[in-house]
Amino acid sequence: MDQLLNDFSPGLFFMQAIILLILIVLMRKFAWKPILESLQSREDGIKDALESAEKARLEMQNLQADNKKLLNEAKAERDTLLKEARQMKDKMIEEAKGEAEVQANKMIEQAQAAIESEKKAAMAELKGQVSGLALEIAEKVVRKELSSKDKQLELVESMLTEKSLN
Amino acid sequence: MVAKKSVKFIAVLVLFLTSVSSFAKDPVQNDNHHGAGEQIDSPEEIKEYIAHHLKDSHDFHLYTNNKTGTHVSFPLPVIVWTSEGLRIFMSSEFHHDDSGSVIVEKDGVKLTKIHSKIYELESGATQVNFDDEHHATNASRVLDFSITKSVFGMLLAGLLMLLGFGALAKGYKKGAIPTGFGRVLEPLVIYVRDEIARPNIGEKKYRKFMGFLLTVFFFIWILNLLGLTPLGFNVTGQIAVTVCLAVFTMIIYLFSGSKDFWQHTLWMPGVPVVLRPILAVIELVGFVLIKPFSLLVRLFANMTAGHFVVMSLIALMITMKEAFGPVASTGMSLVLALFISVIEILVAFLQAFIFTMLSSLFIGMAVEEHDHH
Repeated sequence: MDQLLNDFSPGLFFMQAIILLILIVLMRKFAWKPILESLQSREDGIKDALESAEKARLEMQNLQADNKKLLNEAKAERDTLLKEARQMKDKMIEEAKGEAEVQANKMIEQAQAAIESEKKAAMAELKGQVSGLALEIAEKVVRKELSSKDKQLELVESMLTEKSLN
Repeated sequence: MVAKKSVKFIAVLVLFLTSVSSFAKDPVQNDNHHGAGEQIDSPEEIKEYIAHHLKDSHDFHLYTNNKTGTHVSFPLPVIVWTSEGLRIFMSSEFHHDDSGSVIVEKDGVKLTKIHSKIYELESGATQVNFDDEHHATNASRVLDFSITKSVFGMLLAGLLMLLGFGALAKGYKKGAIPTGFGRVLEPLVIYVRDEIARPNIGEKKYRKFMGFLLTVFFFIWILNLLGLTPLGFNVTGQIAVTVCLAVFTMIIYLFSGSKDFWQHTLWMPGVPVVLRPILAVIELVGFVLIKPFSLLVRLFANMTAGHFVVMSLIALMITMKEAFGPVASTGMSLVLALFISVIEILVAFLQAFIFTMLSSLFIGMAVEEHDHH
């Protein structure tokens, strides 16, 4: 302890105090203050950047979710559209089919009616011709048969018998 | 990478140190009055040599050529406050004498240097008389404001700090990320701020003390590291220096103490009134004496011991030469000194860290505001 006290130099203490004081003042002004401020601002900058990155990430996520939603909606719409189109197509085919059937039936009917009427006209004509022919033939036959008196009588006779027999 | 480099650096330094010390001679042993040419080889001489080098000195002694007896050193200014006023001269006027035999007369004041301390002779005395315990009887110590080796070291450290951190501060003007040596310094500043100041003082108040803490941390660290170089600074091993550092810490925490701190120190609430004055005395003694004392003694003792051990291990080369031969003793001394030097690098940082850590802890205690329950 005695040795320590003997070694203690008040002059050195004084010099050290002055040097340290000046050094603290100088270092504060020229080094620590700008360094710490720069560090602080840099750290704040990093923090801000991180925060904004996180924000951007969230926004991106939201955007992606929105996109997905939109995509899903679009898909659903497309599906309904397709479904409707298919239905419409089916309906149209169905309707066209029905109409065609009706049309065909009508045409068939008309054709049948035309055929019937043509047939009737043809029959009528045929009948007229046949009856004319028959009358002509009958006239000729009657004329020939009834050219003699005897034959006329015979005919009457036969007819009468036929009648009476009935 | 940096650590690896500094280990290599220190290895080179230790080599240099060992090679230099094998030729270096104690100026006391080697000056004109004692005759030249003897090498230091007895344990007593080595002990004296080490003790001498642990002390502050008034010139910057590099080495002594033992063949010619010349000292390679450069003088430093001596500034003393004597009974007649201020006297300034160069330390070369003492001719490396450290035993009080060279007397420098400056405008009616007779000055001499004994064991690195400057004494003023009483008027009329022409030479120093010593008593049995080798204390000067007719001379008294003067206030010595000399630029001693320690002061020179402090100025050097301060200059290095201003240059290094000034450059770092300027670097931020160019961009947010430092370049070059600033990349090494910046993490250290962040380390002191985030690991020492912030957790101990608290987020709100730490900024105010950063100037002191950072300055003290780097000041101690750089001086500790300078002490490991062959230049042989032992600044942080000077009791006056550590006392000054501790006093600064004490002044800061006493003056920035919050109301709560003073209340808890002087009139502790929640304790019987009878006990309060006793507690106040204990607390005050703790804050004014014990805490600064623990700070100053820890740093002083660690650094002095470190220097002592390194120098003793280097001296092994001489003391063990007879027992083991020159090669074995040199090898042993080299390996051990290298090992201890590496540890000393760690200690250099550790002591700076502990001093700053404890300072911020004490400041933290003083500025803390308690929640009133």
